[in-house]
Amino acid sequence: MDYIVIIVLQLAVTVANLALIAAGLAIVFGMMRVINFAHGEFLMLGGYAAIVSHRAGVNLWIAMFVVAPLVVGAVGAVLERLVIRRLYGRMIDTMLATWGISLALIGLVTVVFGNTVSGISPPLGSLEVGRYAIGRYELLLAVVCAALYGGGWLLLRRTSFGLIARGTMQNRTMAAALGVDPGRVYAVTFAAGAAVTGLAGALIAPIAGVVPTIGAAYIAKAFITVISGGAAIIAGTLSSATLLGSINTAFAFAFSPVLGEVALLAAAVILLRLLPQGITGRFFRKSL
Amino acid sequence: MLKSSLGAAAVALAAVYALVVVPAEGQMTTMINGSVYASYGILALSLALIWGYGGILSFGQAAFFGLGGYAYAIAALNLGNTWAALVIAVALAGASAAVLGYFMFWGRISDVYLGVITLTVSLILYRFLNQTAGDEWTIGSAPLGGFNGIPSTPILTLPGLPDEPLSPEQIYVLAMGALFVGYLACKLLVATHFGRVVVSIRENEMRAELLGYDARLYKLGLFTFAGALAGIGGVLFANCVFVSPNMFNLQTNGQLIIWVIVGGLGTLAGPVIGCFLLLMLATFLGTVHQGGGTNWFDPNLVLGVLLTLVVVALRKGLLPLAIAGFDAIAARRGQRGRLARAADPLVCEPQAE
Repeated sequence: MDYIVIIVLQLAVTVANLALIAAGLAIVFGMMRVINFAHGEFLMLGGYAAIVSHRAGVNLWIAMFVVAPLVVGAVGAVLERLVIRRLYGRMIDTMLATWGISLALIGLVTVVFGNTVSGISPPLGSLEVGRYAIGRYELLLAVVCAALYGGGWLLLRRTSFGLIARGTMQNRTMAAALGVDPGRVYAVTFAAGAAVTGLAGALIAPIAGVVPTIGAAYIAKAFITVISGGAAIIAGTLSSATLLGSINTAFAFAFSPVLGEVALLAAAVILLRLLPQGITGRFFRKSL
Repeated sequence: MLKSSLGAAAVALAAVYALVVVPAEGQMTTMINGSVYASYGILALSLALIWGYGGILSFGQAAFFGLGGYAYAIAALNLGNTWAALVIAVALAGASAAVLGYFMFWGRISDVYLGVITLTVSLILYRFLNQTAGDEWTIGSAPLGGFNGIPSTPILTLPGLPDEPLSPEQIYVLAMGALFVGYLACKLLVATHFGRVVVSIRENEMRAELLGYDARLYKLGLFTFAGALAGIGGVLFANCVFVSPNMFNLQTNGQLIIWVIVGGLGTLAGPVIGCFLLLMLATFLGTVHQGGGTNWFDPNLVLGVLLTLVVVALRKGLLPLAIAGFDAIAARRGQRGRLARAADPLVCEPQAE
């Protein structure tokens, strides 16, 4: 019984982890079609922003929920202005330029902070279920992740900004004809995506630690989750995170954590062969 | 006409320099670095072919590079015959490209998705091989060695003399020779009927299919050939360094894309030039910083900024830019000559051309 509870909790944590890693990319790539290969480095920057500001004396929760999103959102806004803006609609070029940004950020952080692992221990202690235990902090991640996606859904569905953003991504010219400034909408959406990524990076930093090169560990998983999800970004990313997270957990429990990761990636390849449009290309088509 | 013969002359000159002048000088460091560059150059060539001519953006082309290397090391350790191992390795790299290509092209997976899938496959192999430390992970008599790879990779031997491994100089000549032969093979392939169909599919897949060509089959053929080519690069890399999971990682795949873009997409020589220049730059950056203090010459930082600038500002790589520059100069020179003659009809120049 305890074992089942712990497996279910562990599953929720894995799914939440995947959904958090992919959240910012769902906005930037899922909505805006910008292939941001610096996504992993945005996560890494979020982690550094939280850890460095916490060490400088900022309260841990403020460092995570305020400082990290602001810092990475600002970095995103600057990069959008300097690089991404020139490349909208040129998918391959965007991908290459962001790959360049990714390398440059890795290099820059290595220069400033050195190529060493930094970390903070996860707060809140652990929750005991019979003979087993799971970190309370990891459970908090699942809650935050649910809140983030719920908030995202409300923002896109219920506010006029969400409506304008969705409309602009769908038909830029029509939105411009209706008096919207598409350039500004793109800039704000990209910065928002970067800020969400920064938050996610800060949240997973106590669990995973940060090194300048840690982005590489996230980037493939994030892309695979968003692409497997398909066109509907919220329902799609959540459902693919659930599916891939479950496969990961199952294989990790049965064999080893590494084989869990391998199974996740292999499952995504097979999934895309079966559903080239992603999960929401066939199921939940009316959702957001 | 003039341009293509100039290009051929440049390639021939480079071949003479690499295969005759450098070995004659006998600089060991140059030759060891040169072997590594050449094996990477073959990898760059394989991506230049499928991406530049076939329009297939494989983000994980290094997967076949690594597979070739690993297959060579494992087969050579088990069989003892290194040339048989080379054949097996190249065949295996080609076969795995064929299997992966079947999945992708028959699934009609297009550009970006294809890139992510190939990258994923490469990363799967990376993760998998990284955890193969320990005695339970051996194939025959070859330990996979996890993160450390297989440092005991046997060196190719002289044909017929199984006990005499090639010297580093010989490996260098072999690697450079393979690079030039590979370049010529790609050049020939592109000029055949097959090559033309492949380019037409890149330009407009539907139109090519309406003309009766099965795009999937042509793409599969090209992808398999490039996979085998990358496998050759991997075998050479195994001979001048040794095989390790890093052959599959994101860094290798990323560098590869950068070489092709900086050198010039849509050409065959450009990516190889890009590969050599950037590897030299990386080697140089690795040595330029001595002593303490902040190292602003971090290779990642410099390469990253360079790539972003090339994409945003140049849009084309170095070789297409050089060709365009050559054209512009030639055009201006021709024009100026004509103007001068028109302005001063008394000047009577000997007609050089």
